[in-house]
Amino acid sequence: MRASAAVATALTGDGRTIIRRLASAPPLTLRQTGPRAVHLISTAAGPLGGDRLALDVDVAPYTTLELGSVAGTLVLPGDGASEMLVTARVGAGATLRFAPEPTVLAAGCDHRLLVRLTLEADADVFWREEIVFGRHGESPGRCHARFDATCDGLPLLRQEFTIGDPALDASPAVYGTARCVGTTFLTARTDKPTVSDGVAVLPLAGPGTLVSALAADAVELRSRLEWGEQTALTPAPTSPR
Amino acid sequence: MNPALLLLTDSRLPAGGHAHSGGAERAIASGAVRDVPSLEAFLRGRLHTTGTATAALTAAVCAEAASAEPRWAALDAEVDARTASPAQREASTTQGRLLLRVARRVWPSPVLDGLARATPSPHHPLALGVAAHAAGATPGEAALAAAYHAVSGAATAAVRLLGLDPVAVHGLLADLAPDLAAVAAQAGLAAGAAGWEALPAGSAPALDLIAEQHAQAAVRLFVS
Repeated sequence: MRASAAVATALTGDGRTIIRRLASAPPLTLRQTGPRAVHLISTAAGPLGGDRLALDVDVAPYTTLELGSVAGTLVLPGDGASEMLVTARVGAGATLRFAPEPTVLAAGCDHRLLVRLTLEADADVFWREEIVFGRHGESPGRCHARFDATCDGLPLLRQEFTIGDPALDASPAVYGTARCVGTTFLTARTDKPTVSDGVAVLPLAGPGTLVSALAADAVELRSRLEWGEQTALTPAPTSPR
Repeated sequence: MNPALLLLTDSRLPAGGHAHSGGAERAIASGAVRDVPSLEAFLRGRLHTTGTATAALTAAVCAEAASAEPRWAALDAEVDARTASPAQREASTTQGRLLLRVARRVWPSPVLDGLARATPSPHHPLALGVAAHAAGATPGEAALAAAYHAVSGAATAAVRLLGLDPVAVHGLLADLAPDLAAVAAQAGLAAGAAGWEALPAGSAPALDLIAEQHAQAAVRLFVS
């Protein structure tokens, strides 16, 4: 299956955000859930092997968009590799919060998850990604995730994760005993790195911060990421729950 | 193979590499690395994630060193973007600065002087890639040196910290030879093919955590 969905905002004459474009294509169905909020609703299983899905996000200058999903994504095997490509442009002074539910890699899947994030000056972005290595007690299929963020044409963050080679997954340098990996990219700057159990708040060389976490399950992962996000967004660090 | 590669990868090259454990010291302190098999898993993971990225960047740097006006700031920014952990960025620029200083005396060349002018503390892949070029090595050879650097320092540190049998650890490094060759070959291809933005960007989340924990540790033998 090939499908592309898109969402775009525009600024009204009186300075409000409107959702200018909302294009769905099953299984990627988008629903407006608030004046500036859109949710992804899965209207078919998958992605399945062979699926090529694309989501295009365009946040116009000085507008705000919140993008979430109503449920996690379960990546299933099928005929060949599956791909999810998310392309997002965030204009000058615009705000984007992208926080979908986790991607779960079912046994036998072969998935590519590509994110291309293009920011203009003073864009305010919160971008969370969570990957769960299989359902409960299940060994994950394969996944290659790549995240590229640029700001004003300069590279800000480039990361690749590969999941599904048992020897590398269990390496104490890569995921160790963890069963989930998650990151939150924020354009908010932090002064110094902070580290706690399974989570680090990493000030990037450019304008931004990465919260990086490993965890045994999705609940622990979310709690660690949220602690890191809070630490990054508030000056005084707190302790993880 | 260019003999200069032997000098560049020799742990006796006085470029400060002995002060860095590539995360091995903290991985050992946490108990995650405790014997030869867990060290092997650590090194293999390191090589196939961040090692792949640094090998490709080093190859790209070595190729760029042949151009009339090398774009060092842009390449340094590509390394920055692939190194989310500030502790790892610092370990990289510290080792880069020391290697650049040594390389300028060992293989004097205008291109090394140019790098020093553009970035006095370049990331290690920049210093290594330009030093390799100055010494007459190819981008593929520079990538091999970078891949070996990704595992050799951590292996040596583990021998010292855990009192492992040094012969067993060298056996382990020998077993990694096909992986080193594969990573270097892939890096050479990537550096020759696409733009810098598409170069590998392998991340190792556990290494990022380890690096920051180590930077904040009160007692440590190695800088990183």
